[in-house]
Amino acid sequence: MNEDGHWLTLLGRLDLHAFPLVRAWEDPTVSELIGAFAGALVVVGAVGLVALLTWKRWWRPLFRDWLTSLDHKKIGIMYVVLAGVMLSRALVEAVLMRAQQSLAVDAPGIVAPEHFAQLFSTHGTIMIFFMAMPFLTGLINYVVPLQIGARDVAFPLLNSISLMLTAGGAGLVMLSLAVGEFSTGGWSGYPPYTGKAFQPGVGPDYWIWAVTLASLGTTLSGINIAATIYKKRCPGLHLTRMPLFCWTSLCTAILMIFATPPLTVATALLALDRYLDFHFFTNDLGGNMMNYVNLFWLFGHPEVYILILPAFGVFSEVISAFSSKELYGYKSLAAATMAIGVLSFTVWLHHFFTMGQSASVNAAFGIATMTISIPTGVKIYNWIWTMFRGEVRFTAPMLFALAFIVTFVLGGLTGIMLAIPPIDYVVHNTVFLVAHFHNMLIPGLLYGMIAGYMYWFPKAFGFRLSEVWGKVAFACWVSGFYLAFMPLYVLGLGGMARRSQALFEPDYRPWLIVAACGAVLLLSGLVSLFVQLFVSVRDRDANRVPVGDPWDARGLEWSVAAPPPEYNFATIPRVDRLDPFYWRKERGEAYRTPSRYEDIVMPKESWVGPLVGLAAAACAFGLVWHIGWLSLVGFLGIWIPVVARSFVRDIHRTIPAAEVEAAERLWLERAHRVRPVPRERETEPANLGLARPFPSEVTA
Amino acid sequence: MLEAAPAPAPTLATARRGRALRRLAPWLGVVALLPLGGCGVLDHGMLGAAGPVADQTRSLFLLVCAILIFVAAPVLLLTPIFAWHYRLSNTKSAYRPQWGFNWPLEGLIWIPPTIIVIVLAVFLWRDTHALDPYKPLASPLPPVEVQAVALDWKWLFIYPDEGVASVDELAFPADRPVRLTLTSDTVMQSFFVPRLAGQIYAMAGMTTQLNLAADAPGRFRGENTQFNGVGFQNQKFAVLAQSNDDHAAWIARARAGGRTLDPAAYATLAARSVQPEPILFGSVAPDLFRSILTRNDPGLHAAHGHHAHE
Repeated sequence: MNEDGHWLTLLGRLDLHAFPLVRAWEDPTVSELIGAFAGALVVVGAVGLVALLTWKRWWRPLFRDWLTSLDHKKIGIMYVVLAGVMLSRALVEAVLMRAQQSLAVDAPGIVAPEHFAQLFSTHGTIMIFFMAMPFLTGLINYVVPLQIGARDVAFPLLNSISLMLTAGGAGLVMLSLAVGEFSTGGWSGYPPYTGKAFQPGVGPDYWIWAVTLASLGTTLSGINIAATIYKKRCPGLHLTRMPLFCWTSLCTAILMIFATPPLTVATALLALDRYLDFHFFTNDLGGNMMNYVNLFWLFGHPEVYILILPAFGVFSEVISAFSSKELYGYKSLAAATMAIGVLSFTVWLHHFFTMGQSASVNAAFGIATMTISIPTGVKIYNWIWTMFRGEVRFTAPMLFALAFIVTFVLGGLTGIMLAIPPIDYVVHNTVFLVAHFHNMLIPGLLYGMIAGYMYWFPKAFGFRLSEVWGKVAFACWVSGFYLAFMPLYVLGLGGMARRSQALFEPDYRPWLIVAACGAVLLLSGLVSLFVQLFVSVRDRDANRVPVGDPWDARGLEWSVAAPPPEYNFATIPRVDRLDPFYWRKERGEAYRTPSRYEDIVMPKESWVGPLVGLAAAACAFGLVWHIGWLSLVGFLGIWIPVVARSFVRDIHRTIPAAEVEAAERLWLERAHRVRPVPRERETEPANLGLARPFPSEVTA
Repeated sequence: MLEAAPAPAPTLATARRGRALRRLAPWLGVVALLPLGGCGVLDHGMLGAAGPVADQTRSLFLLVCAILIFVAAPVLLLTPIFAWHYRLSNTKSAYRPQWGFNWPLEGLIWIPPTIIVIVLAVFLWRDTHALDPYKPLASPLPPVEVQAVALDWKWLFIYPDEGVASVDELAFPADRPVRLTLTSDTVMQSFFVPRLAGQIYAMAGMTTQLNLAADAPGRFRGENTQFNGVGFQNQKFAVLAQSNDDHAAWIARARAGGRTLDPAAYATLAARSVQPEPILFGSVAPDLFRSILTRNDPGLHAAHGHHAHE
C-alpha cells in the first residue's frame, strides 16, 4: 500500500522540512521568506485567536452560542465569516501573483516558480470552494427561511455538519501554509500532472481532501436548501409567490445536488490513483486523463451557475427594493433561472474545445453555450426594466448592482467569443480566459455577495453599515476590477499564457503593471469592507433599525424585528400573493398584533457538527501525511457522533408562549412608537427601520 | 522597452541616475508607452495574423465583435439612463410601483437575443468546420509532415520525411503548409503558435493534429499554454517559416551536426529540464514517435488516437 512504510509510524511522512520556517532557514531566498512569513502568519493568527478567546473569556459563548448552534441564521453568519477570512488570504495571493508578473518580464521577480504555482492553485481553490461557496451558502442559509416564513431549515443538524465539513476543508488549506505545501496543479487539478508520478509530495493530497470535504458539505447543503424550499414554505406561499432569491437558491440547490457528486467521484478516483496505485487517470496501464477532465467539468460548469445564480437572486431583491418597485417580469425571471439550470449541464465540453474533438462536437457544444446567453440576457433586461418608472436610490448595494449589470455584460460578450471554438483555440489557456471568468465571477458573484451582505446586514445585526465606507468599497472594487482585468484581455489576445511565473516579452510589461495596480485597488476594496464593518460596529447605536424594515422592502424577512428573534416568526405568516410584506404595508396591515401566541419548539444546540468537522479534517490530515492512526481515529470520529446522536431523544427546546409574547410586544410597541422615515432619509440615523409609505402611483 | 543605454564612462552619478531611471522605467512605461505597448502587444497574437488560419480567425473575431456591439449597446445605454432618470430626487419622473409585466416588452427582450444567437450559431457552425485544426489546408504543394512530442519543458519535432529532428525549433518552407501530429511523453500540454493558428492539446498515448501555414517567411513565437511544472514559463520555442533555400540549409545544418536521436539521446532529452538552446538532430531512430505513443498506452488505442477523423 505504501512503498516506504510511513503509514505505521507516529508522524507518517511529516518531518522538519514540512515547515516553511525550516525551509527558509536553510534557503533564505525572497520566495522562501514569503512562504515562511505566510506560514508564520497562520501560526501567529491561530495563537492570537486562542489568546484573545481566553483573555475575553469567549470560549464558552463561542461554542455554546455559535459553533454548536443549529440556528440557520447563526450558521449563515458563520459561513460568511469563513468566506471573509478565506477571501482575505486569496486576494493577498492574487496581489502577490500580479506583483510577481509585473516584475518578472525578463527578470526572476520575487516568487519562485514552485511557489508561484502554489499561489495560483490555492487562489483558485480558495476563491471557488472556500470563499464563493461559503459566502453564497451563508446568504442562502440566512435569508431563505426568513423569506419563506419558516423557523429553520429542513435539517438543522445537517446544516451544521455541512458548515463544519466546509470549514474543515478550509482549515486544511490554511494548514498547508504552515505544514507542508499545496498542490501546484491549479484549482482544476488535472492529472496526470497531479498524479503521483509527477507530484509525489503532499500538495495534491491537501487539494484532494480539502476539495472532497467541501464537495461533501456542498452536496449536503444542496439537499438541505432544496428540502427547505420544497417543504417549509408558510401557508399560501406557492412556488410562484416566492421571492426571486428563493428561486435562484432553489436552482442553485438542485445544481449542488446533481453537479457536486461528479467532483467527489473525480477527486476520489484521483485519490485511488495516488494512494493505492490505481490507474484511472495515469498515462500508463490504460489510464486516461480525459475521463477526469470530463468528470471535473461535468461538475465545473454547473458550478459556475451555482456561483452566479444566488447573486442574480440578490440583485433581483436589491434592484427591486432600491427602485421601490415590483420586479419586472417575475415569471420570466424564474423561468430563465430554471432554464439556465438545465442548460448548464449541456455545455461542459467548452472548457476543452482544444482536446481534438471533431468540429461537429465542438460546434454543438459551442451553440449550446451561446444558448445560455439568451435567458441570461433576459435577466439583465428584467433588472433594467425594474428600474423603469421606479424611484431609484443609489445606496451601496444598488451601486454594486448597477456596476454588475454593466460589467457582467462585458464578460458575457467575451463569453460568447469563447463559446465560438475557432476563437477559443486562439485565446484558450491565455490570460484572456482568466480575464473572462474573473469578469463573470467578480461582478456576477462577488458584487452580488457584497450587495447581499450590505442589504441584509441591518436585518441580521439590527444596525446599518456605513454608507460612506460602502461607497469607498464600491469605488475600489469597480475601478480595481477594470484596471486589473481589462489589461488581461489585451495580453491574452497577445498570446500570454496563463499561470506564467515569468515572461519574456517586453511589450507585456506596461499592461502587467496596470493589472498589478488594479489588484492593489481590489485589495483596498476588501480593506474598505473591513473598515466599514469596524466603523459601523463602533457607531452602531446611531444606526439601529430595530423595527426591521430599513429599505422599505417587500419580502417576509423584513416583516420581523432586526435582528430577528431565534424563532424568526412569532406566528407563522400567511401569504396571498407575491411581495407579501409590501402588500401588507400597502393595505395598512403591517405590524399587527397576532390574536394568540403559542409555544415554539426549536432545535437544541448540538456538538455533532463541530466534532464531525474536526474529525474529518483530522482524518484528511492523516491521509495527507500518511499518518495511519490519525486517519483511522479521524474516520471513526466522523461516525461515532453521528451514531451517538441517533440515540439522543432530547433534541428540542421549547420557548414558552409568554416569552414569545413579551419579546413580540416590545417590538410591536416600538414599531408603533417610532417615526416612519421617508426614502430621502433612509441612510440617516432617523431611519429606525420603519418606512413611510410611498404614494401608490405618480404620473409624470 | 525603456532600458537605460549603457553610459560610455560611468561615473558614480550617472550610474546612480541610471539605476533611478531603471527603477522608474516601468512607471514611465505605463504613462508613455501604453498606446505604443497596446499596438505592440496585440501584434504577438492572432490579431497580428501571419498565416491563413490565424487570418480567418481574425476575420471571424472582428465579425463577432461587430455583432456583439448590438448586444452590449442597449444594456450599456439603458442602465445608466434608467437609473439616472428614475432617481428618487427626480420628481418629474413617473412612478408605477405595481407595474411588472408587459407582453410586447417581453417579446422585445426574448426575441432579438434569440435572433442574434441564431445568427452567431450559423457563423459558429460554418467556421468551426472551416477552421477545424484537423482539416488539411488548401495548397498546391503537399504539407510538411511533422511529429511533435511534448516533453517537460521542451518540444521535440520529428521530420519523418527528412529523417531529422529538432528541439524547440520548428522550421518549414513558408510556401508549404505544415501537418503536425502531436503526442506527449509527459503530462498534457497545449501547442500554440499565436500568430499562425489556434492551439491543440498533446496527450500521452494519444495523437492530435494541427494544420498551420505562414503567409511569408518569418520567425514566430510558439509556446505551451498548459501549466506543467516549474519550467512551464520557459517552454517557448521558435517557429521558422523559411524560404526554400533557407530550409534546405537548415536541413543540411541538422545533418551536418551529426547528432543522432537514438533511444539513449531521447532518454536524456525526455528528462525534466529546461532547454536553453534549440538542438538539431541529423538522424532519428526509426519509429521513435510510434514507440513513444505505444509506451504510454500499451495495446489500447495507440494506433488511432482518439479522434474520429483518423
